[in-house]
Amino acid sequence: MGFPHLPHSRETTVLSKYFGDAEARTLAGWKKRGGYKALEKALDMQPAEIVNIVKESGLRGRGGAGFPTGLKWSFMKPGDGKPHYLCCNADESEPGTFKDRELMRWTPHALVEGCAIGAYAIGAETAYVYIRGEFTEPLYWMEEAVKEAYAAGIIGKNAMGSGKRIDVHVHKGAGAYICGEETALMESLEGRRGNPRIKPPFPAVSGVFGMPTTINNVETLIAAAPILLNGADWYKKMSLSSPKSTGTKLYSVCGNVQRPGTYEVVMGFPFKEFLLDLCGGPLHGRKFKAIIPGGASVPIQNMEEAEATLMDYEGFVAQGSMLGSGGVIVIDDAQPMVTVIARIARFFAHESCAQCTQCREGTAWTTKILERIRDGEGTMEDLDTLLDIAEQMTGKTICVLSDSCAVPVVSGIKKFRNEFEALIQGRRFHPVTAAVA
Amino acid sequence: MAEQKMVNLTIEGRSVSVAEGTMILEAAKTVGILIPHYCYHPGLPIAGVCRMCLVEVEKAPKLAPSCATTVAEGQVVHVHSEKSLDARKGVLEMLLINHPLDCPICDQSGECELQDYTYQEGRLDSRYREPKRFNPAEDFGGDVMYVPNRCILCTRCVRFMDDVAHEPTLNVSERGDRAVIGKFEGRDMTHPWAANVIDLCPVGALLSKDFLNKARAWELDRTASICPNCTQGCNVIMETRENQIVRMRPRANEHVNAFFMCDWGRLNYRWMNEKERVEQPMMRNGSSGLAATSWEKAISVAARALTGKKVFVAASPMLSNESLFLLTQLMQGGSGAFRVAEGEEAPLAGVEDLALRRERAANVHGAETLGFKKTKDLLAGLGQGDVLLIAGEDLAGVDLSEVSRASEVVVISSVMPLGLERASVVLPIANFSEEEGTVTNLRGRVQRFTQARQAPGETRPSWLVLGDLLGAMGKQFSFFLPSEVFTKLASLHKSFAGLNYESIGFKGLPVVDAPHTGPSTPIAVGAA
Repeated sequence: MGFPHLPHSRETTVLSKYFGDAEARTLAGWKKRGGYKALEKALDMQPAEIVNIVKESGLRGRGGAGFPTGLKWSFMKPGDGKPHYLCCNADESEPGTFKDRELMRWTPHALVEGCAIGAYAIGAETAYVYIRGEFTEPLYWMEEAVKEAYAAGIIGKNAMGSGKRIDVHVHKGAGAYICGEETALMESLEGRRGNPRIKPPFPAVSGVFGMPTTINNVETLIAAAPILLNGADWYKKMSLSSPKSTGTKLYSVCGNVQRPGTYEVVMGFPFKEFLLDLCGGPLHGRKFKAIIPGGASVPIQNMEEAEATLMDYEGFVAQGSMLGSGGVIVIDDAQPMVTVIARIARFFAHESCAQCTQCREGTAWTTKILERIRDGEGTMEDLDTLLDIAEQMTGKTICVLSDSCAVPVVSGIKKFRNEFEALIQGRRFHPVTAAVA
Repeated sequence: MAEQKMVNLTIEGRSVSVAEGTMILEAAKTVGILIPHYCYHPGLPIAGVCRMCLVEVEKAPKLAPSCATTVAEGQVVHVHSEKSLDARKGVLEMLLINHPLDCPICDQSGECELQDYTYQEGRLDSRYREPKRFNPAEDFGGDVMYVPNRCILCTRCVRFMDDVAHEPTLNVSERGDRAVIGKFEGRDMTHPWAANVIDLCPVGALLSKDFLNKARAWELDRTASICPNCTQGCNVIMETRENQIVRMRPRANEHVNAFFMCDWGRLNYRWMNEKERVEQPMMRNGSSGLAATSWEKAISVAARALTGKKVFVAASPMLSNESLFLLTQLMQGGSGAFRVAEGEEAPLAGVEDLALRRERAANVHGAETLGFKKTKDLLAGLGQGDVLLIAGEDLAGVDLSEVSRASEVVVISSVMPLGLERASVVLPIANFSEEEGTVTNLRGRVQRFTQARQAPGETRPSWLVLGDLLGAMGKQFSFFLPSEVFTKLASLHKSFAGLNYESIGFKGLPVVDAPHTGPSTPIAVGAA
């Protein structure tokens, strides 16, 4: 559903069915809507069976990277004598992304259930939900849900009477974007400064407290419940395109569009129709100019690319971008691209953890050059310098924050070079005139 | 010991065989290739943040940080390929964009790794056109000053305080390019080993307040030596400018001090520059007191005073094994004693068996091995009618009335003992920094020190003076080098059997009956 709007008829509401339904937030309300049936079923199964069903369903990580979830779960070797941990990455900080926020606001019990299923599947007794510091309302609802679930014996020492122990802890972050990076999240969870760790070792070998850990996005974990209830085939069939992308995906749409909000569509939905029909098209008298389809760190699409895109993992890549987190940022012809890109770069410069040289210095340098160009003080050499800095920032650091800053810059210069050149050559870009014309 | 599995790989075309688990950077060192790096230090946990040590590993999709990438069988590593050079050039340019480039007024200039690598493989110019970030310099307490503008945030200092000193004091404050090294509230760099961060800092960001603006790196002469200030025997480099010691810094020795030395030892070098010295041989001339004389005369007078007498030696535990050994040879039935200054013990928590020791002199163990008695009352062993030979002792705080028991007093020292009026002859000798020799640390490790400065006036090395004296007494000892004295010592004393200067080298060797040889494998540092 394009919450806060009514669901569009072309949406497929699996996870977002109860958005706006206040009663679904409570345990009683959630149970009335079929809640915790999946967990009950899961606890009767062997963990390996659950992993197999999830593998079979084709579910892939919804946080951005799209790693097959079942495969990730299968990395956790049962009986290695070590405590296993499940982390739920609810540090949704990617600019333009707010799907997890809605999920936690309206269906907190779904996440508790998802965490419990995930934890059981990977042989963990403890699940941590790391919630972004600014998410005060989702935090409140999550804490309420966990409290209710404990009181009802759904989680705890004897989860749903199964004799299995499953603890879910909600942890509030302190508002750093980098803590959404999985290893930085673990550092932060352990009480240290949220700096990404060098990989290898990967979390499945040494994660939280040095123990085998699986980390999943909110949406991924919540999707596990309906998969268990309805079967892998049901999930696999929800795809209009590539068999590699299955199920439904939540998109949070913001920017210059008639109806911003959170939408849920099946994989392979045509992006053009999504933008024009579901989201209501551009604002009156404007035209779409560019789309950032998966949060600020994916390449910017121009309209030819966007309109040709089928919305799945492969579809976005085929059209020069990435599905990412599903945070669609719509930019229309009233927006100067240089300003948009400079603002994105500033965000990354602000959030760099300052470990790696290229990221610490490169993000700030990029920002300064972009802002200078924006202010009409740029030179043509600056564009070459920007591309060269971006090259230095790509693939050379511990995590991908640095790459994330380079991506919009490179795609922006490549696809909207005329706007950069116009500013440099003194032909100031006037958004208002453009909007009227 | 379990057989360690070896891994074979190729680095820059050279075949390398190293133990499994070794990092590429360390493996490259074994074949003489230094991969440029900043954040990596063998004495600290790996951080992998400077990204300077990126190398190309064949078949790997991305450049690999060689400090944090373990070797693998058959790996082919290119350190100086175009791709890795380009990446390092990029890092160097980024490190310099906010750097003030104030090398002409920076203490680190000349021994700065940022300077070195920039000259070696950096860009000729910078493309940075924006204003540079500025942060004011800060006093970190202890001997440490922080100049944030020069900082490259390699976090070596942070890791030293956290993982080696076990006293978290420093941190990375702020994020992005606003990041600086910060101090935790209420903490100062007053840990007894804190000044090591100055040596660890690869650039001019952490400076010694003691050394500030004293000398340029290229004006210094450097001498391998041993810190004389406690019984640990940390290996050091004594750095001199115009014959004055201006700085002592640790020299790596995995059996003694790893890469570190304590602040007290580091800063306690001024006594070696002492100007109030005995610079000429002197002898008593009737009632007119001590007067300058020639070495020949002084030696023969001293020999005459000692020959056939029972001699009591009040020695300094700063003297070398060689000199103490020669002193034992002229006791003639007498004995020797020494006293040692004491202070608080201050261990470095992250390194096994490393501390600023309670006993604050270099050769306490050597003196004891050679039969000198450690005592609080220095002259207690002086018998009625003995000849008192004062060797390197300044007698400060000693009850000089006890000297009256001596039939005669001979002084062999670099400074004149205070208040002593009875010396019949005074032979001036070099101090610790002005001669060569060996000392034995508290774990029985014999270590060589060499001459860092020139001795003033007519002063001669103590081993030479004592050798001449023994010769004049008819003992037929004749030495031209301290190594010959040591060889003689080794032939006569079972503890030193089999040792010589060549075998001792500059990392030392334990005496035969060492109480504890210390860690035989490299000291485990920090918690990796």
